[in-house]
Amino acid sequence: MKKLLNTLYITTLDAYLSLDGETVMVQKEGETIGRVPLHNLENIVTFGYTGASPALMGACADRNIGLCFMTRHGRFLARVVGMSKGNVVLRKMQYAISEEEKACFTIARNCIFGKIYNSKWILERAARDYPMRLDVDKLKGASEQLSRYLNIIRGKEEAIPCEDLEQLRGFEGKSATVYFSVVDDLILQQKDAFFFKDRNKRPPLDNVNALLSFFYTLLSHDVASALEAVGFDAYIGFLHRDRPGRVSLALDMMEELRSVLVDRFVISLINKKQVTDTDFMKKENGAILLTDEARKKALNAWQSRKQEMITHPFLSEKIPWGLVPYVQAMLLARYIRGDLEEYPPFLWK
Amino acid sequence: MKEYNEEDFLSISGIQHFIFCRRQWALIHIEQQWDENVRTVEGEHLHKRAHDESIKESRGDLIVSRGISVFSRTLGMRGVCDIVEFRKDKNGISLFGREGLFIPVPVEYKRGHPKEHDADILQLVAQCMCLEEMLACTIEKAYLYYDEMKRRQEVLLSEEHRQKIRKISLEMHELYERRYTPKVKMGKGCKACSLENLCMPKLCGKLSAVSYIEGRVKD
Repeated sequence: MKKLLNTLYITTLDAYLSLDGETVMVQKEGETIGRVPLHNLENIVTFGYTGASPALMGACADRNIGLCFMTRHGRFLARVVGMSKGNVVLRKMQYAISEEEKACFTIARNCIFGKIYNSKWILERAARDYPMRLDVDKLKGASEQLSRYLNIIRGKEEAIPCEDLEQLRGFEGKSATVYFSVVDDLILQQKDAFFFKDRNKRPPLDNVNALLSFFYTLLSHDVASALEAVGFDAYIGFLHRDRPGRVSLALDMMEELRSVLVDRFVISLINKKQVTDTDFMKKENGAILLTDEARKKALNAWQSRKQEMITHPFLSEKIPWGLVPYVQAMLLARYIRGDLEEYPPFLWK
Repeated sequence: MKEYNEEDFLSISGIQHFIFCRRQWALIHIEQQWDENVRTVEGEHLHKRAHDESIKESRGDLIVSRGISVFSRTLGMRGVCDIVEFRKDKNGISLFGREGLFIPVPVEYKRGHPKEHDADILQLVAQCMCLEEMLACTIEKAYLYYDEMKRRQEVLLSEEHRQKIRKISLEMHELYERRYTPKVKMGKGCKACSLENLCMPKLCGKLSAVSYIEGRVKD
């Protein structure tokens, strides 16, 4: 399997990145504060009002290293994308599919199947792991509802059709409501500082939403990089219609990965008290932001999560969590090129 | 006889991939996917020297050309010869700007040692067929040089070799026109394949996405 390399996160504000031989040089106010060899980097993500030299951008594009600029609070600004790599055939088929409602539906349905399935199993696991602390009946009830939606979108309930993107989006919305209605129950520690009522993002209005938004953004960068590495155009989606500047295909694929990669991670940060109330600050508009220190801590935890090994449910191969987006991108490519009869989403249990 | 347009020429270096595995060939030459690994990098290094066009040798009855681009319109293939020796021979052909008659003798550089299969030989034969077409001559022999043996191995070109190349080229063009990547045929070669991660050979075997998903609906 492809090697999971490192992501370099630049959290120092006003740092400038440049290319020095085969290394990234990080400078602040003219002083060199760090140097990292490019050959073991897979991604560079920089926060704050930083800049990067065109030479570094070129080197990253050339070596397929993702380079992504975020605001200091983790809102996405831009990604540097190099020349489109190879695989014209795959791209043409991707574009053709994106124009065909039925073909889009076939793929989007499986992404949403993955999304609902993974949400369901997060609830099931919690019910099993904390039966003394949780309202098991409530979680089981939500899980059963999700099972029903799984059946519907696979066409198992004849009376309730799910045959086009419109209907699919409807069931996606419904299952998200069911899932998010019990997410707050999964928070077992620091309940006064960490609660979840609903998903809000522009801006996030509580600590949990601040964390979710931050890591969803990071995940979307990872997924977009993985898709581009395989040869896709990350901007042309099947469920998400294309909109200038939006990595629609990455958002499609994220549907199945959000809960299992980010939600679980965020909940465990809270439950293990790796973040606390003092890690957040409130702006005048009510927006909640992570402090610089907290962002560093959270990124370290995220990096180690990516190194943890799992067995891929479809391939039965051991891979680190961090490679999941890449493997799913490969599987999607192989489906589109005709090696598989359907796209197998990542189904976690 | 059918002639191909230049833009439809396929790479001679793909013959070895094609013989090893048709799917590997399609992944590299149709889907343009390529996983670099140590062995492919080593191979490139070896060829860098052999292809150095700045090295020109000419001694007595021998002219040595490196890195000559060759093509054949009837095969629809193109490639680069590592070395072509032009040996003075009264049965040879005339070369523009040179005194006397010459016979071209291609020498192809290879990593390792002679293989059990004939992929290296066939690649060399394809190069010879290109040269024959470009120079309007007949080539009877050529050489493979293996770096581990540090010795040349003589290859005599037979009609059987040429037939094989014609057949391979037809098959390649047929797949290429359809932009078709053949399904995996799992074999012992899969273990040594540098494209295993891209190919995902298991997928075309027993794994079924439908039963994987349907199995989970029942959970």
